[in-house]
Amino acid sequence: MVEYRGKSIISLNVNGEMHEVTVRPSDTLLDVLREQLGLTSAKPGCLNGDCGACTIAVDGLPMKSCLMLAVEAQGHEILTVEGLGGMDKVQKAFVDANAFQCGYCTSGFLMVLHALRTQKPIMPAEIEVEEWLQSNICRCTSYQEIRSAVKLMYDDTLSNKANQ
Amino acid sequence: MIAFDFDYYRPATLDDAVDAFLQAESKGGDALYYAGGSEIISMSRVGSIEPSAVIDIKNIPECSDLIIDKKHLNIGSVCTLYQISESNLFPLMKLSCGRIADHTNQCRITLGGNLCGSIIYRETSLPLLLSDAHITLYGKDGKRKVPFDSVFNGRMQLSSSEMIVKIHIPIWALSAPYFHIKKTANEKIDYPLISIAAIIKGDYIRIAFSGVCSFPFRSKKIEKVLNDRSNSIKNRARRAISLLPDEVHSDGESSGEYRLFVLENTLLEILKRWENGRI
Amino acid sequence: MRKGDVDNAFKRCTSIVEQRFFLPPSDHLAMEVRTARAQILSDGNVLITTSSQAPYSVRKQLAEAFTIPAGKIQVKVPFVGGGFGGKAPVTLEILAYLASRSVGGKAVRLTIPREQDMASMPCRLGLEALIKIGADENGLIQAADLTYWLDCGAYTDISPYMSKAIAMDCTGPYHIENLTCDAMCVYSNHTYSTSFRGFSHEGYTFCIERALDMLAKKCSIDPLEFRIRNAIREGSTTPSQVGYSPSLIGDLKKCLTQIKELAKWDGGNANAIKKNTVKAKGIACFWKTENPPTDAISGAMITFNPDGSVNLNTGVVEMGSNGQTHLAQMLAEKLKVDASQVHVVTSVDTRTAPEHWKTVASLTEHMAGHAVVRAADDLLSQLRSNGAQAFGCAENEIEVANSRVFNRNKPEYYIEFKDIVQGYKSNTGESIGEPVLGRGGFMLKGLSMLDRQTGKGQTGPEWTLGAQVVEIEADISTFTYRILNATTVIDVGKVINPESMTASIMGGMSMGLSLASRECSTHNKNGIPNHPNLRTYKLLHIGQEPKYHVGFVETPEEQAPYGVRGFSEHGIIGMPAALGNALSNAFGKQLTKLPLTPETIWRTEQGGINS
Repeated sequence: MVEYRGKSIISLNVNGEMHEVTVRPSDTLLDVLREQLGLTSAKPGCLNGDCGACTIAVDGLPMKSCLMLAVEAQGHEILTVEGLGGMDKVQKAFVDANAFQCGYCTSGFLMVLHALRTQKPIMPAEIEVEEWLQSNICRCTSYQEIRSAVKLMYDDTLSNKANQ
Repeated sequence: MIAFDFDYYRPATLDDAVDAFLQAESKGGDALYYAGGSEIISMSRVGSIEPSAVIDIKNIPECSDLIIDKKHLNIGSVCTLYQISESNLFPLMKLSCGRIADHTNQCRITLGGNLCGSIIYRETSLPLLLSDAHITLYGKDGKRKVPFDSVFNGRMQLSSSEMIVKIHIPIWALSAPYFHIKKTANEKIDYPLISIAAIIKGDYIRIAFSGVCSFPFRSKKIEKVLNDRSNSIKNRARRAISLLPDEVHSDGESSGEYRLFVLENTLLEILKRWENGRI
Repeated sequence: MRKGDVDNAFKRCTSIVEQRFFLPPSDHLAMEVRTARAQILSDGNVLITTSSQAPYSVRKQLAEAFTIPAGKIQVKVPFVGGGFGGKAPVTLEILAYLASRSVGGKAVRLTIPREQDMASMPCRLGLEALIKIGADENGLIQAADLTYWLDCGAYTDISPYMSKAIAMDCTGPYHIENLTCDAMCVYSNHTYSTSFRGFSHEGYTFCIERALDMLAKKCSIDPLEFRIRNAIREGSTTPSQVGYSPSLIGDLKKCLTQIKELAKWDGGNANAIKKNTVKAKGIACFWKTENPPTDAISGAMITFNPDGSVNLNTGVVEMGSNGQTHLAQMLAEKLKVDASQVHVVTSVDTRTAPEHWKTVASLTEHMAGHAVVRAADDLLSQLRSNGAQAFGCAENEIEVANSRVFNRNKPEYYIEFKDIVQGYKSNTGESIGEPVLGRGGFMLKGLSMLDRQTGKGQTGPEWTLGAQVVEIEADISTFTYRILNATTVIDVGKVINPESMTASIMGGMSMGLSLASRECSTHNKNGIPNHPNLRTYKLLHIGQEPKYHVGFVETPEEQAPYGVRGFSEHGIIGMPAALGNALSNAFGKQLTKLPLTPETIWRTEQGGINS
């Protein structure tokens, strides 16, 4: 049985690298990513799981890091925006579609969409895309550009299917 | 951040889990079984609860089953709403799970967490109340398997140290005609004003409600009224809303009176669909 | 505001509407909560890093409150994760400073959780109004008697500016010669309010535009036609008696004519689609002038890099409104270079960036734009001087384009920027000219305080106006509805960046629809906020939004750089009114309160009183 009491050193697999961090059992993954690993793409928008700005990917699924304990994250593959490399399809799609203004919610949207494409390589029906994205709030845009970005993100996948 | 400390245990067996629970309680604190953790983390953050220990049961194999055998669909308590939904094994459950919170949170919220949490809606209970489901529990006195509605009367009635291991849903329910609807104040991602699940068994509609009162319930009284074909649909709906087991819920989402208005309209809609063969 | 002879004018009216309206307070809810970091160095210098739209206000208020010389305070703003006016007041910076001082100057970071950001940080004001407005038998508005009460909460902050802002524009963009308006701030035990996107215009516009729809109906005139008939035009004056000109105010008739097409306006009546379902459109016009201090300033500093590209440094904070991009475009336009040659200093440091009043009021393109244009002129003048000396000709013979300096008469002989911006060295090694450093300062001119008796005066350099239409589909038995389409046609003066300007307008429209259909801050009897969290305070999520359509009219603002009017806020202004008009048309009920939820519409049907 795994037990943690008081501060302990744990290993986290983040963006393909192993990191050792010192955590309390009650530290959230969001705080550890930001404060200890300097990975500030995940944002503390509400700390309550309502805004989605803290979203990262854990084992390919979207996860609100403000509602996960750091100690729970051991043994899982954690992916943040910093791990996308800067030229991932979803990032390029957001730039091409002008799908952000202040950029604060953007990391969360990027990770949800990265997870969506991981789980569903062919673009699902618009209503399913909306269901995934309803986990995130954007206050600056009208969501219209984000919709365009999703289509752009799936562009190659669609044309690949047509070529087969 | 959570301003206080708690101990964290991750047992690999049911016995280890109970041992850890009892050990933590014997030190004089409050232990909580932890699955998705979203409610525990958010309530700890604002200081509504202050557990001394959390016992993470996600690694216990019996708690994470999601399989059909000859008689039942068995769903482990730590299965997430997303897993249950994606499995497509029980359409009514798929809708019940798929309309709670938002998609990302559904990758985290578990069946057990939704049933045992303090938030009043517990929408996963509705299909279980309607389908004669059984539930396996485990605590310091060992395992017991009982009808779900014998340990759920709006909330889970568990003894201390008891946890939910899994739910067993009889096969007939998986293919029964069903209906699910959730109404909110305006925004789709919101707590329900009302959430209704219905199953038809043998030309008899069974129906369960969440959001209407301050706890989810199935009402045989209301079912009797709704199944009374000698009465018009309009009268049946009108009569049904006068038979709530408790006063109608009123909160920041909506007043009680408006909730009743929505309930009546929704019951009408359900009865019309049933009559037109669309359930 | 007192203009003309209201009492007699009402006597001429054959149709009069008198109605109360109510908008509860709501909140900015930028995705980034407020945060500030403070540190005091051993030499007494104070370093503040903050998410603020007004770093120079932070400097000023800390200096005044704690009697520190302003020169010893340095405020940095990296990026702001959404402001919407809510990060213009100085709040956490003061607390962070005190906290740092209490631990001997160590760096202290103060971040508040969302609940506190909603409950105790300033929000959007509530508004009550009593509108009386009358038209003659030709449907021409003769008189308006308007009273507005602003629920500014527990502290004043800048609420008096907002009551002034309402008074300045109180009638909407119409020809109304006889007017009485009183706009009053009222203290209440609610969370205090501050500037919000639209600066109270989104509030009063709901009231006046709903009343105009009611008046149009009484006159039996199509609501769009009614607004064309009464649109502000040559010969009109604003509520504060400023004379109309196309350059100053814009062309409302053109916006209305364009939106009639773009939104496929059909009279605004409810059209039955199927049993219990109707579609309806609602229209509203908006306008806005600014209310800065009469002596607000901005500035720009430009330096060159060795490759001939430029660095642009202004005090404009970037929070997603693309202000810095537009400034870079203006500079590139002046220097006749590609915008990729302009490197913008994206974060603001009060130590090095020239003061820009506050990044509010959609005045970036006007104020900072002027400063940038002047700094560019300054650069060009120095480049011509260097060029004249290098080519041995007169300065007025020198041309600057494509990162080159050359004699207009002999363009084949040119010097690249990189060889002349840091002075020029001839073949013989002689140094010629000086390094080129551009500076431009700008101060608003020609604005005034308002006359105490009549409100006469001009508070802002220009107006921006437009028209908006919202189309909804409603279920009249359950009082639920979907928003199908939302359209704006806005007279922006000049479209300098269609993509970013459209995005700003649509973002504003989205905020307006969210505000009008869902948002409401409520307090209990003791003034404690009921739901300061994003779980129960609902914002618009994807999937609930309409299709957006944006059109532009270009009536240049002659006093503005490149003719551009302020526009970043404006998408929000008419949305609550247009939605209210559409829903009133659909349900056949006069809806006079926000938010427009199914429950509040149902209550209007019941004839009950809203809580």
